[in-house]
Order: sequence, then structure tokens, then C-alpha cells
Amino acid sequence: MFDDFIVRAFAAGIGLALITGPLGCFIVWRRLSYFGDTIAHSALLGVVIAYALNYNLIIAVFVVSCVLALSLLFLQRRTNLPDDALLGLLAHSVLAIGLVLLGILSFIRIDLMGLLFGDILSVNFTDLLFVWIGGGIVLIVLILIWRPLFAGTVNLELAKAEGLNPDLANAIFTLLIASVIAISIKIVGILLITGLLIIPAAASRNLSSSPIQMAILSSIIGVASVVLGIQTSMIWNTPTGPTILTITLGVFIATMLPLKKLLISKNKIKS
Amino acid sequence: MRNNLIELKNCGVVRNQKWLVRGVSLKVSQGEIVTLIGPNGSGKSTTAKMCLNILKPDEGFNTIKNDIRISYVPQKISIDWSLPLRVIDFINLVIKHKNSEISDALNMTGIKHLIYEDVRNLSGGEFQRLLMARAIAKEPHFLVLDEPVQGVDYPGEIALYKTIQEFVKNINCGILLISHNLHVVMSQTDYVICLNGHVCCAGTPKTVIKDQEYIKLFGDSIDPTLAFYEHNHDHEHLPDGSINESKRV
Repeated sequence: MFDDFIVRAFAAGIGLALITGPLGCFIVWRRLSYFGDTIAHSALLGVVIAYALNYNLIIAVFVVSCVLALSLLFLQRRTNLPDDALLGLLAHSVLAIGLVLLGILSFIRIDLMGLLFGDILSVNFTDLLFVWIGGGIVLIVLILIWRPLFAGTVNLELAKAEGLNPDLANAIFTLLIASVIAISIKIVGILLITGLLIIPAAASRNLSSSPIQMAILSSIIGVASVVLGIQTSMIWNTPTGPTILTITLGVFIATMLPLKKLLISKNKIKS
Repeated sequence: MRNNLIELKNCGVVRNQKWLVRGVSLKVSQGEIVTLIGPNGSGKSTTAKMCLNILKPDEGFNTIKNDIRISYVPQKISIDWSLPLRVIDFINLVIKHKNSEISDALNMTGIKHLIYEDVRNLSGGEFQRLLMARAIAKEPHFLVLDEPVQGVDYPGEIALYKTIQEFVKNINCGILLISHNLHVVMSQTDYVICLNGHVCCAGTPKTVIKDQEYIKLFGDSIDPTLAFYEHNHDHEHLPDGSINESKRV
């Protein structure tokens, strides 16, 4: 069944969208959208290291992302700089290190387009295992830390005072983002993973009234966009990753239509 | 021997080479209300945060009894607009409660009708009641209230304090209360600590109110030239603003 590259593309995309839904919600809630970007930038360094050591791409990217995420946590505690300045500092310096390393190791030839935009149609069976098993683990961990993470998102001091451990949950959450970016790098690429994390969540925000609703709806929007996006890209022969994101953007615009308002006002009149 | 829930021993917090508060010792036991008063920037909230272990004291020791349920009503919470959060979600923030517990707590604070309302549509006073409701729903052993009635209108303020009082009686929890409003608070408090970067004076309300340090900070508490305007309604309002017909005089 997974012999067909189209089937593999659907399986990988759907698996990824299921994880990015709820994770993306937390990224939006915590104003971390630039953080996803930063980790995605560091992925280049991971890719270069993977090629240089002839090591598994996903694991190398994951390790580099984790190191970056942890250094961010460290910098947050040790400096008085605002988060966005720290993120800018890390994103661009790590990207620069990646490029310098790439220059030194001149024997490496990297498919830059593939790295930036991914190639969902070239996903192999091992990648699929990473998406579904790795993604499954990410989802389970997210559910386990949901309460302290969410309470800490609403109010850190309140969560701490009442005996939760939001700091630990934050650190784990950071690692979850790192793993999702590592998993997704081959599928949608560096530039598009942040979009896949944020746009479905943003679209879902427009329709949701509770946090859990927003997380679930965000997954649904992501999955629907992946399915539609892959099909559209085959019909029009367009690059698949960008097509998927364009579709999510379409969904986002659709959610801004005053559809909900009309429904609500009708309900109110009825009751 | 009464049961100490939390205790600070000679605690202080230093930030940027400045002591926010220093040399604070206090304890709160079951069924006791301890009130912190003091001017702005006197270290009231900092002291409360040491009692909750949000801040580790840079000097001295804070001990919190193991395995007690703690509720915290912080001074200020701002909810990010990106978060869809209803009243019921907010109450379930730290612990998932039964529906009956939630409606009891909302009833006590008078905002039952807002249960599915988005938190950001609440007025300041309604939000303050929600913070109280969430704290009560947990049935805590130790409750910290940091200016719990700010933004609540005067009748609501008295009603909220009554709720607090009933609540202490019912579940026998210890309360640390931070307040500006001395008159309302004093009569219900077991122990008052007057802070101004350090403990100025402490004791039962009756002794504190006569203390020279206290008078220096707050002046004579009841100025004879100031009288409260008595605002006697002939009717009572329900929390949603409608008039309670059953109690109409």
C-alpha cells in the first residue's frame, strides 16, 4: 500500500498536520511564531552536519534544534534582552555558522530548494515511520504536559503557585517543537514548517471558543489542506509544499468571513 | 498547637542590588486570616509570592506544608487575545472540576450566568469574581488573595468579603489577604502585618491600629471629617443586574 509515492505523500502530510495542529496553537498562544522560524533556520546547520558525518538527517537536525532551544532557555534566564532579540541573535548566527561550515566542507552538495521547500513526493518508508511514530510520541507527550503547559501559558505565576511545574513543561514543549521541525524538514522544508504550524492554528482561532476546540480544529484544517494541496499540486503540476500552504491560507481567509457571526445571530434570535 | 500551613522566617528578596522586602516573618495556620497592608511598593505582593514559592527568598527560609492545596488570586492577569478561553475553561485551569463544584463556586461569587462567556468579555469586576470562583472551587487549604476586590463596586466588595468569610468558616482554610481597604478587612482579620519594605508593626487589628508606625503610614484610620455616604437601596440586584423581586421591600 505504501509502495505508491502518492500514498506515502498523503500519509506523511496527514501525519504531520495532525501534530502541527495542537503544537501550532501553543506557538500562537505563547507568541512563539518567531521561535519556530529560529529553530527552522538552525536546521541548515543540522543538515550540513548530517551530510558531513554521513548521519541520519532527521536525527542531526533534531539534535541541533534541541541545542538551540536549550541555549534560548539559558539566554532567557541569563540576560535582560527581550525574547525576539534573543531569537534574532540565535537564528541568524546559527544560519551563518551553517553556511560557513558548508563553505569549509566544499565537497558537500546540498539541494537547497529541497531543503527550503521540502519534497513531500520523495518521502520514503523510513521517513513515514519517523512521522507516525515520532509524531505519535510528540502528541502523547503534549497531552501529558497539557495542563501545566496551558496553565503556564495563561499565567505562569498562578500555575507555579498552585503546584504545577510550568517551567519543566515549557522546556519539554521546546523539545517537542524541535522534534516536529526535524521530522518535517524533508516533507515541507525549512521555510514552510512555520507556516504549517501557525496558519492552521490562526484559522482555527477564528472559529473556536475553547482551547481544546481550537487545537482539534487546527489539526482538521491542517489535514484538509494537506489532502487538498497534494491533489491540487498534481492537477496543476505545482510544487507540493507551497501548494499546501496556499490552501491553508485560503482556509484562513475563509474563516475571516463573517459566517460565524451570521450563524450566531440566527441562534440568538431563535433562543 | 495550631497547624501551620506556611511559614516565612526572616525572609527577604533582593533585585538589582535593592531589597524589595526584608526581614519578614509570618505564619498562616488553618482557619486563620492574616492580612498584609502597606503602601504601594512596600513588598506586599513580593511577600505573598514567597509564601507561594513563586519567588525563592534570597535570605531566610520559606516553608510550605507538604501536600496542601493552594489557591492564588493574583493581582493582575492579562489574557492574550489569541487564547479562546471561556469562564469554565479558566476555572478548570489547574484542576479539572466536577460541574456541580463549578456551578457552586460561580453561584457563591454571583457570576453563574457567565459560565460559557469568553473571559475577555468580562468586566473588571466580573473577572475579579471569576478569579475568586476559581480559587474557591479548588477548596484550598491555603488561599492567597492579592487585592481581591479591586475593580469591584462597593456593594460587590462587601459581598465578596462576606463570601470569603463564609468560605473560611466552611472549609477551615488559612488565608493570606493583601488589601488596601483597611476598614472592611480589619474586622475579619486575625492578624495584621503592616509592611513598608520591612515589617513596620504586626499584631491583632486592635493593637496595630493604635501602633505609632501604623498611624505614621496611614494616618488616623478614621478621620472624623470623612463620613461614608450611606447608600441604602430599597431593592437588591441579582448578579446579572436585574432586580431581585423576592426581596423587594
